Amino acid sequence: MISARSAARWHWKNPSVIPGFGLTLGFTLAYLTLIILIPLAALGWRSAALGWFDFFRLITDARTLGALKVSFSTALIAAVVNVVFGVITAWVLVRYDFPGRRVVDAIVDLPFAIPTAVAGIALTALYAPNGLIGSFLTPLGIKVAYTPIGIVIALIAIGLPFVVRTVQPVMQEISREVEEAAASLGANRFQTIFRVILPGLVPAILTGFALALARGIGEYGSVIFIAGNIPFVSEIAPLLIVIRLEEFDYGSATAIATIMLIISFLMLLLINVIQAWSRRRFGYEQ
Amino acid sequence: MSSRAFKNPISESVPVRWTLIFIVLAFLALFVLTPLLIVFKEAFGKGWGEYVAALQEPDAVSAIRLTLLVAAIAVPANLLFGIAASWAIAKFEFRGKAFLITLIDLPFSVSPVISGLVYVLLFGANSFLGPFLKSYGVQVVFAVPGIVLATIFVTFPFVARELIPLMQDQGTGDEEAAISLGANGWQAFWYVTLPNIKWALLYGVLLCNARAMGEFGAVSVVSGHIRGLTNTMPLHVEILYNDYNVVGAFGVASLLALLALLTLVLRTILETRYGSELSAGQKH
Repeated sequence: MISARSAARWHWKNPSVIPGFGLTLGFTLAYLTLIILIPLAALGWRSAALGWFDFFRLITDARTLGALKVSFSTALIAAVVNVVFGVITAWVLVRYDFPGRRVVDAIVDLPFAIPTAVAGIALTALYAPNGLIGSFLTPLGIKVAYTPIGIVIALIAIGLPFVVRTVQPVMQEISREVEEAAASLGANRFQTIFRVILPGLVPAILTGFALALARGIGEYGSVIFIAGNIPFVSEIAPLLIVIRLEEFDYGSATAIATIMLIISFLMLLLINVIQAWSRRRFGYEQ
Repeated sequence: MSSRAFKNPISESVPVRWTLIFIVLAFLALFVLTPLLIVFKEAFGKGWGEYVAALQEPDAVSAIRLTLLVAAIAVPANLLFGIAASWAIAKFEFRGKAFLITLIDLPFSVSPVISGLVYVLLFGANSFLGPFLKSYGVQVVFAVPGIVLATIFVTFPFVARELIPLMQDQGTGDEEAAISLGANGWQAFWYVTLPNIKWALLYGVLLCNARAMGEFGAVSVVSGHIRGLTNTMPLHVEILYNDYNVVGAFGVASLLALLALLTLVLRTILETRYGSELSAGQKH
């Protein structure tokens, strides 16, 4: 009888002498359900209530498509830039010793800590035509603030730590013997880096890329000040959600939010698949 | 072979090194440091007197108060959740654990605007719950409860994700020993687990607090932007900025920037002094 019961319970939870499982898991699930799952389900439910026809009509609205295009393309460009500079930054922090390295290491985290609205107005002040940096770019005919380039700049500024902090710990684990072996077999430094070291970092780089991309797609505070918010040109999807809400057009807001979540989810899923493949192919164990 | 001719085969040449270091410094200066400095430059642009006056303005004071109130509710709530979730996940083996961890991280991949939107859909004027609650005199959206809920949503994973990997690393041996020596569960947590995780706990609370006080998008959607009533500090920054009140906007922004710097200094101290007691090798 007792053995039957413990055998039955085995499938769900291993026995333990430590108390508090029911209380802590119960609280966790209740809190998670109330704060996260029910509100997200409300979004899904309201979206489903629109019906296929209306949902499709709302997400193919020209302004919505324009905003989605702006959001996804700027986030993609910024994430690629962040991968390049993030990997270089991680490399410099892990491999080189130079005065102020610890301070630089701490500064990398600043975009995580600084509120997005603060970053937004500061970047706008810098890149506006009469700003500190903007006044140098204007004579060259480069307009940053109030254009899509401004959006990319803001997303680069907030996305950098995602790549650095996911790549850095994996870089620290690379054993120097592998590089010595490559060098002793006749590889030059360039070959060693691009054919031995980088392939092993691909899973971590992809994680950082995915995080920066997800953050960039959803980003609002740092973008709206610098973007100029011109429909079809520099209006991002999260802003369009806010505009539709202010017009009490809940249907449109719901549809845009849902399609954003669906596309983001599919992109992250795709990145996960590539990541699993590359980890099997040449990954380091993390 | 002279020492100058010797080239370390597993390192880059000196010029390459310094070029890369220069690139990184220039990149960080351009995208991270200059924006921070410009906040203080603009805030003090018209002198100390104007700066102090901007911060003592009644709407600014009430925005600071509301931000502190919201953080004072959201952070302890997520702290309690973080402890409960990490205890359940790290001390027990059960099915669906990986899925549960994924769900806890979910708010990080949702746009802040959508995090606010879901509460408007749930509690707003044309929702099912909104009119019902309003008939009892409870207003959630465009009021403080909505701001608190949206803040809890976006800061949800911070404490839990610092604690879970650390407590999983530490295993269950200490607690099992305490229990076998006669401690009850509460004593095992208070005298055995808590001392092991206190620095990671503080680390998570720091990050959670910084985000709670600085959150803009989610709060913006549910707040309704009523000056003096439902404006948090980041929302007040936006209003002042749109009013072309540069000193006021950057003045309030400078307080948020100081908070960010303080958070960064404290976490760097924690990482330097108690690095091994934080989650091993995993900063985020």
